[in-house]
Amino acid sequence: MSDQSMAPDTASLCDPIHGGVAQPITHDSAHKHVAGAAFYVDDLPEPQDMLHLYAAQSPHAHARITSMNLDAVRQASGVVAVITAADIPGHNQIGAVFKDEPLLADGEVFYNGHPVFVVAAKSIEQARAAAALAKIDYEVLPAILGIKDAHEAQSYLEPPQSMGRGDVKTALNRAPHRLSGHLSVNGQDHFYLEGQVSLAIPGEDGDVHVYSSTQHPSELQHLVAEVLGVASHSVTVEVRRMGGGFGGKESQAAIFAALAAVAAKRTGRAAKFRLDRDDDMIITGKRHEAEIAYDVSFDTDGRIDGIRFEQFIKCGYAADLSLAVSDRAMFHADNAYYLPNVEIKSFRCRTNTVSNTAFRGFGGPQGVIGIERVMDAIALHLGLDALQVRKANLYGGPGRDVTPYHQQVTDNVIPEIIGALEKETDYAKRRAAVKAFNAAHRWQKKGLALTPVKFGISFTTKHLNQAGALVHVYSDGSVHLNHGGTEMGQGLMVKVAQVVAEEFQIDVDRVKVTATHTGKVPNTSATAASSGSDLNGMAAQAAARTIKERLVDFIAESRGLPKDQIRFQSNKVFIGNDFVTFDDLVHEAYLARISLSSTGFYKTPDIHYDRDSHTGRPFYYFAYGAALSEVVIDVLTGESRVLAVDILHDVGRSLNPAVDLGQIEGGFIQGMGWLTTEELVSDAEGRLRTHAPSTYKIPVASDRPDAFNITLFSNTNREATIHRSKAVGEPPFMLAVSVHSALLDAVASLGDGTQLPPLDAPATPEAILRAVEAVTAQNERGDG
Amino acid sequence: MALSINLTVNGEAVTKTVEPTCLLVDFLRDDLQLTGTHVGCDTSQCGACTIHLDGQPVKACTILAVQADGAEILTIEGLAPEGELHPMQAAFAQHHGLQCGFCTPGMVMTGIGIARQHPDADEATIRRELEGNLCRCTGYQNIVKAVAAGTRLMTDSES
Repeated sequence: MSDQSMAPDTASLCDPIHGGVAQPITHDSAHKHVAGAAFYVDDLPEPQDMLHLYAAQSPHAHARITSMNLDAVRQASGVVAVITAADIPGHNQIGAVFKDEPLLADGEVFYNGHPVFVVAAKSIEQARAAAALAKIDYEVLPAILGIKDAHEAQSYLEPPQSMGRGDVKTALNRAPHRLSGHLSVNGQDHFYLEGQVSLAIPGEDGDVHVYSSTQHPSELQHLVAEVLGVASHSVTVEVRRMGGGFGGKESQAAIFAALAAVAAKRTGRAAKFRLDRDDDMIITGKRHEAEIAYDVSFDTDGRIDGIRFEQFIKCGYAADLSLAVSDRAMFHADNAYYLPNVEIKSFRCRTNTVSNTAFRGFGGPQGVIGIERVMDAIALHLGLDALQVRKANLYGGPGRDVTPYHQQVTDNVIPEIIGALEKETDYAKRRAAVKAFNAAHRWQKKGLALTPVKFGISFTTKHLNQAGALVHVYSDGSVHLNHGGTEMGQGLMVKVAQVVAEEFQIDVDRVKVTATHTGKVPNTSATAASSGSDLNGMAAQAAARTIKERLVDFIAESRGLPKDQIRFQSNKVFIGNDFVTFDDLVHEAYLARISLSSTGFYKTPDIHYDRDSHTGRPFYYFAYGAALSEVVIDVLTGESRVLAVDILHDVGRSLNPAVDLGQIEGGFIQGMGWLTTEELVSDAEGRLRTHAPSTYKIPVASDRPDAFNITLFSNTNREATIHRSKAVGEPPFMLAVSVHSALLDAVASLGDGTQLPPLDAPATPEAILRAVEAVTAQNERGDG
Repeated sequence: MALSINLTVNGEAVTKTVEPTCLLVDFLRDDLQLTGTHVGCDTSQCGACTIHLDGQPVKACTILAVQADGAEILTIEGLAPEGELHPMQAAFAQHHGLQCGFCTPGMVMTGIGIARQHPDADEATIRRELEGNLCRCTGYQNIVKAVAAGTRLMTDSES
């Protein structure tokens, strides 16, 4: 700077904006959440004469309805309407992908809890009481409740699928070592704190406006329209926020929105369908339960030569998203490991149980835990440290960089991440300490495991990888931001607002985050597959850039200056040696009749996939991470505790490190719950017996590991994603596989070091105790 | 048979007629439009409906409105004047102690209870005391941080 006296002024002129990208700012609604002033659907003022809905449920897993007398229900106090399958004005169908899911049971029920009819009454108590007055006769039919029965009966949603490369048969037979085994993995309830809820308000022309807690407003709009028998333009869906989603409100919300819309249309009154926790857990789908069998061959270092997986996925009675979920279980059967000769067979089992659905990871976790079990099995078989075996099998450079679906891994950083975590945590020392502890303690045993994650980012259904945004700049310079993504607590709205603030170079509080609305941005994809900020961030940036370009053109023309002398910075626009505030410029542009509103659109480039052969490049890039978990078990009770967790995770160049750390932490703990305390139990009639937090245990504050360190891995996305960031929603969930692996390690310490304990997931105290007893029994027999 | 109750809610005297079966949480949400108190599980487990009754944190989904007759009720909306935040609220906002926010009002109300009962609470105490409040989004890390920070702020401002 030649003129020293200018320095202070220039510095203050160029103060960075508040809330640009990479700043760890708080959630956009934080100040409202802490004040109880952030509205969820059930908090909206209720319209006059609003009706409350209750769904009567099937008491059988599979039955024919032989007669249904609802007279007493209709005559009950407060009842305004009773809706059966016959009362659906359009299609009685709510299937998201395939039309195999009746909204209300039509002559036949397919799972215990299947909604049979709906009561609309003046109060929820009246609706519930009336529903109990129904007289329904059922002819009970044979029900397939479990994976084994479904497989034996060949009850599949589609023919078994196969993915692979190389010559598995030869590889399995030639290697010096070969093992086979099996792992059962239970499902998981989403347990979003806010249950499913929709409020439908009838409008003119037969239109309906639906406020719903949904991750997929566009699909919900289309399905409601089909159920009502109207065009999509007659249905508007609005979502300001959800009280958690985790995949559970991707397709499932449509059931309740559609029934509320039918009731609203039928009665001309607003109708709200809010499920209580028990009904929510019974009626809505969950993470897929899975059985995974493996047959693997390897060398004396534990390096895999050939591997065959059979994945049996419990889909429930209808397809929902199960085919894509099962596909993703196949896509992640390799996790972070190069498998030279591999075959993955997938059986999509149709059962008379609730139709399972999307849940954070979307099949990925089942795939990952399968191969991680294989790593542990190999390590025990060879008497090696499991980390050594894992490192020997990681994806590497050319020759070791092709996935089972033939995509080349070009952004691999997993060896660096594992190396850094191993060094940072002093793994060898920790391992020695665990061994010493176990030698000194008879009734308590510690376990340690360091496991990686490589997670493919993109919807594997290509057309879903698109997004739209709508940005208005008002004449006072304030900005209205809208896009197709939905907020469920993950911080999508604040991240996209930061992108727009950065683009215009204005403080983020000048950008108003607004409710997702099908009337503003149409035909959007679900906020799912961790894609929210990747897709909507790019679309919003495109919209902002369009407006910015118009402003630049306007300045260049009005000032007669070349465009390269115009720069947006620090809430101002610098024009040659001069500047104006952003707000003043916008007002000037408005007076000059410049359009200050734009849509933006984005589609992910360079992805393709052939589902028939299960080959292609389904993923734009991969997100990576690794976790080291240390646990302790009580050998006498099977109780366990996670003592310490260290995570190193790759989010590329973070859009908001505070938000990303929250996603990693929350994803890990949710994964830990899946693998430890959360147990779905159904009885012989297919009735869910764990349908409330009294019996279904998600982690509580005191379950968190005593030491919990999370570090963001310094990296940049090699692909041109939004500011070179990476998706973060799902990948960290699978870091929790390290907890299960560490528990296995703890149980295995009871044996001679080579026995694989039969520990399934979740590792409840009962499951741990069973595994402990199996290992000690083997010891006593002396056949370990 | 409806019953008349008199109580104080967020500093204001309230007289209302309620059904004897009406839950306190429904009374607050439906009759008084105080919707910041959320219902998460309906069965007194998740803590989203935590309010203060005569200064004690309680779960409003398992108390009848008539049981609150004569009581002093404080909800999340009554913690601070419009536009201001109670120290515990400020701590939750500042320390990223929330994601979807649905459990937050209950967490804040419980957090204040912890601060009052254990002004010198260590992390283990806070974690134990938070066991009755479920959060599905965070790993409780920042919630615990927020309660600790809020407790310090409250202690400082009261000393």
